[in-house]
Amino acid sequence: MSPITLFLIALGLGLAGWLAARAKAWSFQQESGAKRLAARPNYHAWYVALWIVIPTLAFALIWTLTAPQLVIQSVLASEAASTLPEFGFQRESILSEARAVASGSAGAVFNPAAQEFVEPFREAISRYRLIGIAIAVVIAFGCGLASFLRLKPDFTARTRVERTVMVILLLASLVAILTTFGIFASLVFETFRFFGMVNPIDFLFGTFWGPDPMSNPDNPDSSRYGAIPLFWGTIYIGAIIAMIVAIPLGLMSAIYLTQYAHPKVRAWVKPTLEILAGVPTVVYGYFAALTVAPAIRDMAYSIGFTSASSESALAAGLVMGVMIIPFVSSMADDSIAAVPSAMRDGSLAMGATTSETIRKVLVPAALPGIVAGVMLAISRAIGETMIVVMAAGAAANLTGNPLEAMTTVTFQIVAMLTGEGSFDHPATLSAFALGFVLFMVTLGLNFVALRVVKRFREAYE
Amino acid sequence: MSNIQAPTRNEAFAKRLKKRYAAERMFKLAGLGAIAFSVAVLIFLLSSMALNGLGGFQRAELSVPIDLSEYGISANADQFATPSTVQALEAQGLPDIVQISAVTALGEDGASELSSQAWRDLAAQIIANPELARGPQTFNLPASADLAAGLNNEGSPEMQSLADQLANQGVLSENFDFGFLQRSDATDPQLAGIWGALKGSILTMVVTLVLAFPIGVLAALYLEEYAPKNRWTDIIEVSINNLAAVPSIIFGLLGLAVFLWIFPNFRSAPLIGGMTLALMTMPVIVISGRNAIKAVPPSIRDGALAVGASPIQVVFHHVLPLALPGILTGTIIGMARALGETAPLLMIGMRAFVATPPDGFTAPATVLPVQIFLWSDEIDRGFVERTSAAIIVLLLFLLLMNGLAIYLRNKFEKTW
Repeated sequence: MSPITLFLIALGLGLAGWLAARAKAWSFQQESGAKRLAARPNYHAWYVALWIVIPTLAFALIWTLTAPQLVIQSVLASEAASTLPEFGFQRESILSEARAVASGSAGAVFNPAAQEFVEPFREAISRYRLIGIAIAVVIAFGCGLASFLRLKPDFTARTRVERTVMVILLLASLVAILTTFGIFASLVFETFRFFGMVNPIDFLFGTFWGPDPMSNPDNPDSSRYGAIPLFWGTIYIGAIIAMIVAIPLGLMSAIYLTQYAHPKVRAWVKPTLEILAGVPTVVYGYFAALTVAPAIRDMAYSIGFTSASSESALAAGLVMGVMIIPFVSSMADDSIAAVPSAMRDGSLAMGATTSETIRKVLVPAALPGIVAGVMLAISRAIGETMIVVMAAGAAANLTGNPLEAMTTVTFQIVAMLTGEGSFDHPATLSAFALGFVLFMVTLGLNFVALRVVKRFREAYE
Repeated sequence: MSNIQAPTRNEAFAKRLKKRYAAERMFKLAGLGAIAFSVAVLIFLLSSMALNGLGGFQRAELSVPIDLSEYGISANADQFATPSTVQALEAQGLPDIVQISAVTALGEDGASELSSQAWRDLAAQIIANPELARGPQTFNLPASADLAAGLNNEGSPEMQSLADQLANQGVLSENFDFGFLQRSDATDPQLAGIWGALKGSILTMVVTLVLAFPIGVLAALYLEEYAPKNRWTDIIEVSINNLAAVPSIIFGLLGLAVFLWIFPNFRSAPLIGGMTLALMTMPVIVISGRNAIKAVPPSIRDGALAVGASPIQVVFHHVLPLALPGILTGTIIGMARALGETAPLLMIGMRAFVATPPDGFTAPATVLPVQIFLWSDEIDRGFVERTSAAIIVLLLFLLLMNGLAIYLRNKFEKTW
C-alpha cells in the first residue's frame, strides 16, 4: 500500500500548492490593480503544483524500488537472522513467507521457522513506511516552498509551465523508442547467453529439435537445438497454408465489395468481416482444436490416411487463414482504391467487362500494394501464437504432410518458457533466440512492406 | 449499308461475347462466394460457441434434503459475517454432514454422486442466507463430474443410466448456474467459475489504460503538432509503426526479461501484465490518435493562434477536445485487443492455478483468455462447456467495447 500512499501524498500536496499559489496570484492582481500579471493565476498555480508533484512522484518511484531491499537488510541485521540457513532456497522461502504474513497478504505461517521473522518484518516495514512518507512530505514542502517564493506579479509562469509540458510530451514519445530498444536489448542479451552455450551454426542449420530442460545445463548437447524444423513448421503453417486460404478469399472479397457490391451491402458486410479480425486468437485456437482438427482427422481417415493425428498443421493453418482474411481484404481494398479512377474508366470505355478491367487493369496496377499487404499478413501469421499452441502440436516434424502435427517458433517459445526449466538453462534461453529470429523476420517484412506501400502511393499521386 | 454487318451479328464475336459474359458472371460469383464463405465461417464459429456455451452456464445438481439444525450447525448471523466462516463450517463437520445426508437421501452411493466439494457450495448458500440452517431444507448441490457427463449422454454407460434414473425421479436436474459468474477456478468443472479470471482481467485492463492512454495521447500530440522534421522524429515514427506490427509474444518476452527482472516478486501479478499490455496498446493509441488529430482542420489552429493563444494553449484548449472522440474510439479498440490477448500473459506467468479472486494489483491472478486456454487443456469433459461459456463472456465484453467505440464514433464524429 505504500506506493499508493506516496502517490496520494504527492497529489494531495500538489493540489494544496495549486490552491495556495492561485490565491497568491489573485492577491497580486488585486494589490497591483492596473498593473497586469505576466501570467494568468492558473499558470502560477500549475507552476507550483508541478514543482511539488514531479519531484515527489520521482521519489515515490525510487523509494518503491529500493524500500523492499532496505527492509530485508534491516531484518537480516536483527538477532533472529543468525538462525537462518546460510543461503539457498530455504532461506528465501522463510523470508518471503514471513514478509507475506507481516504485510497481511497471508493469514499465518506454515513454516515455524518463519514465525520469529514476522515481528522484525512488521517492524521494518512500518518503520520504512514512515521514513518514506516523511521524506516525501519534506521533498514536497521544500520544492513547493521554493517555487512558491518565486511567484511575483512579473513572474513568467506560463512559459515555464509550457516548457515543462513540452518536455513531458517529448518523454512520452520517447517511450516508443525505449520499448523498441528494450525489446532489442533483452532479446540480444539473452540470445548471446544462449549462443555461449550452443553453437549458432547448429541452431540455425540443425534439423533435430529436442531440448531437454532437465539435462545438465553446463554441458548442453548442441545437436538437440536444430531449429530448422521449427522454421519450416512456421513457414508451412503461417506463410503457405494460411496464405492459400487468406489470399484468394481476402482478395476476392475486397474486389467484390469495392467493385460490385451495392453501397448498402458494403456498409453491412465490411464491419461483419472485421468481426473476424476482432475475435481473440484464443477463441480461434479453441475452435481449431475442438472443431476443425477432429473434422480434418476424420476426413483423412475416411479417405485412407490412417496416420493422421488429432493435431495437424492443416487445422491450424486453415483457421489462421480465416483469421487473416479481413487483414488481406482491407489492405487489398486500400490499394485498389488508390488506383486512379481514370485507368478504370478508360478500360471500361474501351468495352472491357468489369471483371476484365479488374483482372487486367486494377489488380496489376494495385499489385505492389497487394503484395505489401500479403507480406504484412505473413508477418502477422508467423507471429501468431495461440492457434498453433492449441492446434498444431508439439512434435518437431520436418515434413510436407499437412495432416501431421507440426510445431512452430511461437509454440516452442511458449513451451520453453512455461516449463519447469531454470532460467539459466539453454533450453529456456533458446526461447529468446527463437524470439530474436521471429522479431528480426517480422521487422524485415514490415520494413520492406511499408516501403513498398509508400513508393506505390507516391507513384499514383 | 446492308453489306456492313453489325459486329454483334458476327457469329464468332457473339460466341466470344457470350464467353466473356460468362466469365464475368463467374468472377462475380467467386467474389460473392468468398464473402459468403467468410461470413459462414463467422456464423458457424459464433453459433457453435453459443450452443456449447449455453450448456456451460448450467450445472447438473442433485436435490438433497438436509436438516442442518439437527447437526448443531449454529445459525448465528454474526458468526457468518466473519471471513473465515467457511473454515469454521468445515471444522463443524459440514463436509461429513453433506455426505451423510446424501447417503440417506440417495442410497449407498449417494456420497460419490455428489461433487466432493459440494459442501463448499452449501456453505456459500448458508452464508448468503443463514435462515436456511434453521430447519429441514432441500438444497440443490452440484453432482459429481461423472454424473454430470452422464446427464449429457456422455461418459460411461452406467453413469448415463444412473443419471437417467435420477433425472426421472426428479432428483437430478440441470439448473442455471449463477455461481459460474461468482466463483473462481477449480479442479472440478462443476465448481469452476470465472469471476477470478474476470477480476484479473479488469485489474490488468485498468493498469493498461492508466499507462497506455496518457502516454499514447501525449506522444501522438507531440508527433503531430510539435515534432520538428528531423532524424529523431523519424526514428520515433519508425519504431512506433514497427511496435504496432511486432508479434504480441515478443512483448511477453520483454515483460519476462525486463519487468520481471525489476520486480521479481510480482510474477503473475496484474501490475506486470498491465504494463506488458500497455506497451502493446500504446502504439495503437498513438496511430489512431494521430489520425484523429490530423482530422482537426488547420483553421481551428490558425484562429486560436490569431487571437494570441500559445502553441500549448492551441493544442490543449482547442485541438485535443475536438480530437478526443476519435482518440477514445482508437483507445477502446486497442483495449479490446489487449483484453483478448493471451500469449504475452502466458510468458509472464499469469497461467497459474488461481482459486481465489486477486485482491490487488500485485496479487497472483489470471485473466479471462488465459483461463479459457487453461480450461481448454483440461481432460475432463465438463470443462468443454465451461470453456465455451467463458468464451461467450469474453466475446460479450468485446462486443460491448466495440459497440461503445462505434457509438462514440457515430455520435461525435464531425465532418469538417
